Amino acid sequence: MPKKYHIETKKIPPRLPKVGKFGIVDWREDCARCHNCVKKACVYDRYRQEMQYIKDLDEFNAMFFECMGCFSCVQKCTKGILALTVNPEYEHMGNGYYTSDIILTTWNQAETAGIPVSGAGYRGKFTGAGFDSMWTDMSEIVRPTRDGIHGREYISTSVDIGRKPKLLSFENNRLTTPLPPLVDLPVPILIDMFPKEYQFPNLMPMLLAVAAKTGTMVIVDWEQQGLLGTYNEKHLSNVVFYVGKDASLPTPEILRKSRLIEIADNEGVEQRIGEIKAVNPDLVVAVRVELDSRGEGRSVELAHNPVVEVIHIVSDINGNQTGVETPGFIKDMTRRIHTSLVKDGIRDEVTIIASGGIALAEHMAKEIICGADAVTINMPLLIALECRFCGSCRDGFDCPAKIETITAQYGVGRMTNLIAVWHDQLIEVMGAMGMREARRLRGETGRALFFEDIEEETFGRLFGKRISS
Amino acid sequence: MEGSLAKESVLKEILPENTAKTLVPQVEIAREVKPAPSRYRNEIAKYIIRRDSNCKLCGKCAEACPQGVHVLKPGYKLFSAPHLNVCIGPSCQKTDHYCIDLCPNKALKMVENPMLKAMGDFRWTPDMLMATWKMAETGEPPSPEYGYNYETGASGGGLDRLRFKFPEKPPVDLRDDEIDTSIVLNRRNDGRPQIKIDVPWYGGGMSFGSVSNVVQLSKARAAVAFNTFTCTGEGGYMERMKPYDDHVITQIATGLFGVREETIQRVRIVEFKYAQGAKPGLGGHLLADKVTPAVARMRETVLGISLFSPFPFHSVYSIEDHQKHMDWIKHVNRRTLISTKVSTPNDVDMVAVGSYSAGTHIVHLDGGYGGTGAAPDIAKKNIAMPIEYGIVKVHRFLTDEGIRDKVTLIASGGLRTAHDIAKAIALGADGVVVGTSELVALGCIRCSRCESGRGCPRGIATTDAELAADVDLEWGTQRIINMYSAWRKELVGILKRFGMRSVSELRGRNDLLMHLDYTNDVETHT
Repeated sequence: MPKKYHIETKKIPPRLPKVGKFGIVDWREDCARCHNCVKKACVYDRYRQEMQYIKDLDEFNAMFFECMGCFSCVQKCTKGILALTVNPEYEHMGNGYYTSDIILTTWNQAETAGIPVSGAGYRGKFTGAGFDSMWTDMSEIVRPTRDGIHGREYISTSVDIGRKPKLLSFENNRLTTPLPPLVDLPVPILIDMFPKEYQFPNLMPMLLAVAAKTGTMVIVDWEQQGLLGTYNEKHLSNVVFYVGKDASLPTPEILRKSRLIEIADNEGVEQRIGEIKAVNPDLVVAVRVELDSRGEGRSVELAHNPVVEVIHIVSDINGNQTGVETPGFIKDMTRRIHTSLVKDGIRDEVTIIASGGIALAEHMAKEIICGADAVTINMPLLIALECRFCGSCRDGFDCPAKIETITAQYGVGRMTNLIAVWHDQLIEVMGAMGMREARRLRGETGRALFFEDIEEETFGRLFGKRISS
Repeated sequence: MEGSLAKESVLKEILPENTAKTLVPQVEIAREVKPAPSRYRNEIAKYIIRRDSNCKLCGKCAEACPQGVHVLKPGYKLFSAPHLNVCIGPSCQKTDHYCIDLCPNKALKMVENPMLKAMGDFRWTPDMLMATWKMAETGEPPSPEYGYNYETGASGGGLDRLRFKFPEKPPVDLRDDEIDTSIVLNRRNDGRPQIKIDVPWYGGGMSFGSVSNVVQLSKARAAVAFNTFTCTGEGGYMERMKPYDDHVITQIATGLFGVREETIQRVRIVEFKYAQGAKPGLGGHLLADKVTPAVARMRETVLGISLFSPFPFHSVYSIEDHQKHMDWIKHVNRRTLISTKVSTPNDVDMVAVGSYSAGTHIVHLDGGYGGTGAAPDIAKKNIAMPIEYGIVKVHRFLTDEGIRDKVTLIASGGLRTAHDIAKAIALGADGVVVGTSELVALGCIRCSRCESGRGCPRGIATTDAELAADVDLEWGTQRIINMYSAWRKELVGILKRFGMRSVSELRGRNDLLMHLDYTNDVETHT
C-alpha cells in the first residue's frame, strides 16, 4: 500500500492572551459574598482560578475573555450583578473581509490542528458576498463514488501543476506522446509571497520549513532569496522562485534543480519561458497574472499559448480585482476564466492557481469548484501567528503580536497546523460530496449550489424578479 | 412502484401478533397550559430600568406598575431586584403608569439591555429567544406591548425575507375551534395505520448523549399532550420512554446505535436518517466527553471514545438498496410507518421521488442550516441548500410527478417559530419537525457549547448528572406544552386571517407569500 499523505501536528499554545468574544462585567460593589457564589459553578471554571490569574496581568486578561457566553452566571447571580458583553477589542479586529470570527477560528485551528466543531445550528447570515454566496453539494443515497467519510483515507487531495497533453497517442501498445513535466503536490495549497506591507523577513525560513513539512511549495521572490537563509538542494523542491518583470533569472544551477518557477506576466513571457526551458526543459513555468481590468482576458489569452503551462491569477488579499471601480471577486473571475477555457476546449491543458481572498478552508474548496486547480495562501498563515489584522505593520509601526520575534518551533508549528487542518476540512467536504479526488473537484460546479441560480430556480418562479441583494 | 410489501394480509400471517399494538400501557398527559416561569433568578429582559441615588424610596413606581416590575417588600428598606422581564418598555410611555415619568425624583432611567448584543445570532435573534421563553412560560404568544420582533430572524434571506399577504378582512369569519391544525402522516393507502397528528409539527431527533434523558422525556410527554411525535435520534431507545411509545419515532441512523428488533417493534413510526442538515454527508458526531457510562451502555460502545457515525449507510448506494432497508423494517413491525430523513442536496427532488417509490410514507427534508449537538463548522455553513429551497423544489417535483398527495412532506432545519412553520407549509410542506425551539423553551441560549466537555452549561444538551439536574421533568414538559400551545394559537390566527378551516388548505399556497427582495408580480402559484 502506498504511503498515505499525513501531516504531523502538535498543539502549539498561543504566546499572547486571546482576544475572546465575550467578557463578563462584574459590579462588585453590590456583591453579597454568597457562600454558594455562582462563580464557583462556572462549567468552564473561568472564575475559580481567578486569584491565580490575577497574579499575572496577561493571564488575567486571558481569563477575562475566555468566557463562553452561556449567561449561566449572569442569570443565576443572587444579586444580579454580573453582565455579559461583547469584547470591543474583538469587534474591532480584522477588516471587512478577514472578520474577527475568521481570525479567532484561525487562531484556534493553528493552536490545536483540530477541525472546529461546535454545537447548535448555523448562526450566520443566510447568504453573503463572495464565497458566502455558494454552498457545496452532498450526496445522499446515490453517490458518485462509494467512499463515505469512513473512506476518507482513500480521498486524494493531490494536484498536478503543469501543462497536460490534450490526448495520448499509442503505437504498438507504447505511449508515443511526449509527457510534459508535472509538479505533484499532495495538497492543493501553495504558500504565496506576502504583500510588501505585510512582510516579515524572519518568516521566510519558517515558510520554507512549513512547505517542506507539508509537502507543498512556497513562492519566494528571487530577489529576496537571501532571506531564506541557508537552504540546500533538497529544499529547492519546496521553493518556487518568482522572477519579476525586470529581474534577472536565477542561476542555471538553481534552474536545473528547481521543479517550478514563476515569472511575472509581460509581453516577453514567451521569450522568458524559452530562456528557462533552454536551461531546464523539465522545469514547469507559471505566469503570474494580476487580476486587474485586463487580468481575465489576459489569462484566457495566455492559456491559448502552447508554451504557457501554469497561470497564477492573483487578486488582492481580500479576493478583489485590482485597479477598477467595481471590482469582481476571485471566485467569479476564476469561474469565468475556467468556463471560457472549457468552451474553448483547452481547460485540461493548462493549470490555474488562484490567489487572494482564501481566508478559510471552505474558500479553498469553493475556489477549486469554481475552476482553480490549486490555491495559494499568505494572510491566514500570518493570522495563525496571532496577527490581529490591525494594520500596524502595513502602516509602518511595530507589530503588536511581535511576529518578528517568534521562534521557529512556534511559527512552523502553528502554520503547519493550519495547513493540516485545512487539508482535513477539505477531506470533510469532499467526503460529503462523495468526491474521491481533488483533481476531479476542479470546476465541478455540479457539486455546488450558487445563490443566484437557486434563488432564480425556486423563488424567482414564485415571486418574480429579484430586485435587491 | 409502490414498494414490495403492499400486501398487509400476508404480513399478518408471518409476523408475531405483538407487533400490532404497543407493548406497555401508555401514559396520558393533559394538554393544559400552566405557568412555567424561568428557572433562572435573573431573566434576561429587553429593557433595563436603572435606579439612581435620587430615589427616595417613595414606592410610587411600585404602586403604579401593573406588571409588578418594581418590588418594595414590606419591612424592607430597599427595593428588591426589579422583575424586568415583565416590563413592556417604551410602549408603556403612552399609558398613565409609566414609571420613568411618574417618579417624582427622576431617579429611574430605561435603556435597552446592552447584554442583548452578546446574546443570540442572526438566525435566533435576542427578540426571538426572549419571545420563545415568554411563550414557554405563559402558553400565549407574547403581547405586542413587549415589542419583540420575533416573527423573523435577521439572517437576511429565506424565511426571514418572506411575509404573508394577509387580506384586509378574512374572507370567512371563523371561530378558533372551527380551525383544524391536524395533518395525516400516511397517504399511501397501503393498509398501514392512518396516523393523524393534532398539530403540523413533531419533535426532531435528539439522541440520548446529545441531550439528557430528562430533555428526551420532556419532549416525549409534550408530544403525548399534543398527539404528535418526538424522535429518539440515533443514540438508542431508553426503556424509560416505553410509556410514551405511541408518540415516539425511533431512528435508524448510520451508526445503528441501539437498533434492535424489539425497539423497532415498540413504535408507530421508524425513521431512517440518511443525513442531517447541520452536517450533511458526514454522519453523527458525539465527542468523547459526552460518552458517559450511561451513554456508552445505551449505545454499546466504549466509555470516553468519540463516536462518529459512518456516512452513508454502507448498505445503501441506490434507491433499490433503500427499499430493502424499508422492507426489513416493514417485516419487523407491520403497523409502523416509515419516514426517510434526508438532507437537501441539489438533487433532493430526485431523492424524494426515489424514496416515495421505494415505499416511504414520510419524506423528511432537513435543510442545510439545521440544528445539531455537534458538527464541524465548515459543514454547518457550507454543505447542502437551506430548507426553503428544498421544500419548493421537492413540492414542485412531487406535484409534477403526480404523487404529491401520496406522500407526506415534512421539513426541518432552521424552523424556529409558528410563523416559520406556516411559511414552510405555504411553500409546500405538509408539516415540519422542530428541535432547537424546544431546547430554547427549556432555556437554551444558543451559546453553541453543546459539543464538548460536560456539555451544555444550561443542563440541556448534556449527560452530566449534575448539570442535567437543572431541568425538572414536570417543568420541562410544561414549558414545551406551553410553547406548543402558543404556536398553535398563532397558527390558528394565521389560518383565520386567510379564512382557512384546515392547515392542509395552506399547503403549497405560495401565492399567499411575498418576498421582500422580489417584484412579487407572479400571479399564479406553481
